[in-house]
Amino acid sequence: MSEHHDVYHVTPFKTYMVVFLSLLVLTVLTVWVATVDFGAANAFIAFGIATVKAMLVLLYFMHLKYEVTTNRVIMASGFFFLALLFIFVLIDIVTRVPVESTL
Amino acid sequence: MSTGKIIRKDGHYAHHFESAEQEYTSSKQGVWLFLSTEILMFGGLFVAFFIYKGMYPEIFHKGAESLSWVYGAINTAVLLTSSLTMALGIHYIQKGKNSAALTQLIITVLCGAIFMGIKYIEYSHKFHLGLYPGQMFSGETGGVENLPLYFSFYYMMTGLHGIHVLLGMGLITWVAIRTARGDFGPKYYTPVEGVGLFWHVVDLIWIYLFPLLYLVE
Amino acid sequence: MSTAGAGHNYLEHGKGLMSWLTTLDHKRIGLMYGIFIAFFFLLGGIAALLIRLELFGVGEMFTGAEYNKLMTYHGAIMVFMVIVPGIPAILGNFFLPLHIGAKDVAFPRLNLLSWYVFMAGSIMAVCTLLLGGVDTGWTFYTPYSIGTSGGVVLMVLAVFILGMSSILTGLNFIATVHKLRAPGMTMNRIPLFVWSIYSTAILQVLATPVLGITVLLLAMEKVFGIGFFDPALGGDPILFQHFFWFYSHPAVYIMILPAMGIISELITTYSRKTIFGYTAIAYSSLAIAGVSFFVWGHHMFVSGQSAIAGILFSLITMLVGVPTAIKLFNWLFTMYKGSVQLQSPMLYAIGFMFLFTIGGVTGIMLAVIGLDVHFHDTYFVVAHFHYVMVGGTLMAIAGGMLHWWPKMFGKMFSEYWARISYLFIFIGFNVTFFPQFILGSMGMPRRYHTYLPEYESLNQISTVGSWLIGTGFLVLLGVFIHSLMYGKKASENPWHSKTLEWQTTSPPFHENFEETPVVTAGPYEYR
Repeated sequence: MSEHHDVYHVTPFKTYMVVFLSLLVLTVLTVWVATVDFGAANAFIAFGIATVKAMLVLLYFMHLKYEVTTNRVIMASGFFFLALLFIFVLIDIVTRVPVESTL
Repeated sequence: MSTGKIIRKDGHYAHHFESAEQEYTSSKQGVWLFLSTEILMFGGLFVAFFIYKGMYPEIFHKGAESLSWVYGAINTAVLLTSSLTMALGIHYIQKGKNSAALTQLIITVLCGAIFMGIKYIEYSHKFHLGLYPGQMFSGETGGVENLPLYFSFYYMMTGLHGIHVLLGMGLITWVAIRTARGDFGPKYYTPVEGVGLFWHVVDLIWIYLFPLLYLVE
Repeated sequence: MSTAGAGHNYLEHGKGLMSWLTTLDHKRIGLMYGIFIAFFFLLGGIAALLIRLELFGVGEMFTGAEYNKLMTYHGAIMVFMVIVPGIPAILGNFFLPLHIGAKDVAFPRLNLLSWYVFMAGSIMAVCTLLLGGVDTGWTFYTPYSIGTSGGVVLMVLAVFILGMSSILTGLNFIATVHKLRAPGMTMNRIPLFVWSIYSTAILQVLATPVLGITVLLLAMEKVFGIGFFDPALGGDPILFQHFFWFYSHPAVYIMILPAMGIISELITTYSRKTIFGYTAIAYSSLAIAGVSFFVWGHHMFVSGQSAIAGILFSLITMLVGVPTAIKLFNWLFTMYKGSVQLQSPMLYAIGFMFLFTIGGVTGIMLAVIGLDVHFHDTYFVVAHFHYVMVGGTLMAIAGGMLHWWPKMFGKMFSEYWARISYLFIFIGFNVTFFPQFILGSMGMPRRYHTYLPEYESLNQISTVGSWLIGTGFLVLLGVFIHSLMYGKKASENPWHSKTLEWQTTSPPFHENFEETPVVTAGPYEYR
């Protein structure tokens, strides 16, 4: 049985509940981690957990796990090109050399 | 050539498609393409946020002090719940249990309303302190230059997100009415799924907004 | 399956204005776009003629402020209301389903909505004239655009709405190409025009949203003073440029890729020969689309962007010449030992290859930072982009319209006058824009309403050229109108072309084909 092409796939009730509870636990976790000072790592951990939550929503609530590859590529492209915008703008900002005005 | 309304739950489909399945999968692909554009549009704001946070850490540190993580966490739980109920709504229609589905859809809209209610409380509290966007800012800067920039981001991001919550609530109400009318069944539920996918993206954006605004200093 | 649909063509299927305003037929929607885009082209063209009139002499016809508005509307109308929507909305809408053997696009109602959204945005844009007129240039750079009045907020919101129309069209086309190809039509058998429209659609979907948020932020900046792009409030004007060009560079490929798709169709039909290197041309469209996202900073070499970022953008920009050159050589090799017919569409195609090469090569020159420091904001840049957009895209539109005219309307046109239009446009174009390369090299800045006396004679030549171009397009308009009124009835396939649209009636049936075609071969099986 090919899961990828099961167009009218019905996700079981239990699966949804497990995912939901995981999301709530991860939310509690992210709040708790924010109270502990890991320095600069705090931001990475927060977004790391957010990404795990996002993947759960995408894969299970939005059924990407059972979707055709094309739709996954379409959604992934959005994130990919966003990253591109960020990286190149960042390269500009961090490599700027302040110059004294001669005026 | 049929000129009347197509009753899709009986398995009928628009004439330019070969089958109901082709219509269903095409419609879903259209929705995914649209959702990708939403990621890019909101994403631009996230990019700008990170760039400016890097340039002016003190502005973002001071600004974040006015946000209460409690409200943010409650709102996160509310939206996560609404995503669950939205998914369950589709689940029940797939199983032919339309009245259970309707209940789930109504709860989803209510969750959206609670979310907006809490946002209203947050915004009122900020306005009370004079923390308006941009030029209208009249609050305490605590000596931080250009502090209003933080609140510009806050209102722009939560505002745009809030508009999408309202839009989503409207769309879910529309499919709820159609569910009550019996338009959907196991053979046809495309609009519900499409609206559901949109709603999940609204949740997805908040999943990132919450730590960004409320938790990271 | 009713036979009534097979009996009459799409123009006869339903009469009256309402049947057009509520149509779901992709062919009618394409024509509706066509009428209004042609009208906006006329508006933008008049602005161009007025610009060239001002620049005929050193003296002032308009004040500097008025001139700034003229050049803004010329740019904004041509970019957002003519060339970006242009080929996809008109010829893409009309022919994409026909090319893949489908009855319509994937989402016909969304298609009609896209047209209404396009009209709403266009009307909003034109209405800004009533508020005094925008004078920022079509690029809306901050901080000037923050402080100036004249309808900037309305204009950028119009751009947002026009962007939505573009996204919906792109979305529709991607789903159509993925899902509605006729039996046997694999991706390796779709016409190259479809490959180009498909690549363009990907750009429309992925790039436009960033333009959307950018103009939204600019509007908020003006209304609320949010400070994102205003240095006085902590903002960075260069960030505006990054966000703006992240869309606007892919946008120029939205403008040229469909044109190249048309050229592929014209070259193969009028050489009576199978296209040389189908796969290379197909993948080069995707490659151009992909690389286009990595190069936007070449518009910003002197903006204050870091030198390292500039170097990065410069190197990647030079890469984009490779897939483009692949196309050019493959077209040439298609013509080699082909049986070349110099019908007017083919004249436009050959003209395209010549003019686009000049435009493309000067683009590579501009990609070199050292050269760009001198050329930026001079007429060299103006000449470069007009060579690719007018010498390129507009020539392709003209050639494509002529090529497909008999199919769309069932009428032939006057070949003689079509050739006259080509001569005026081709010669006029070079007279107008070649001197501008020289002017730019001599240092003449762009967007100025006056200039130093030593630039005058070349400017005068350029202005005369603009009159020749104008004449050429008027003649072309006359060719089209005359054809509609008096044109001889066209056969199904007057050019003996092999793609699917020519295997059905001229004009096509309402549902395109009497029976869904079954495809067993590639699109260019000439010999």
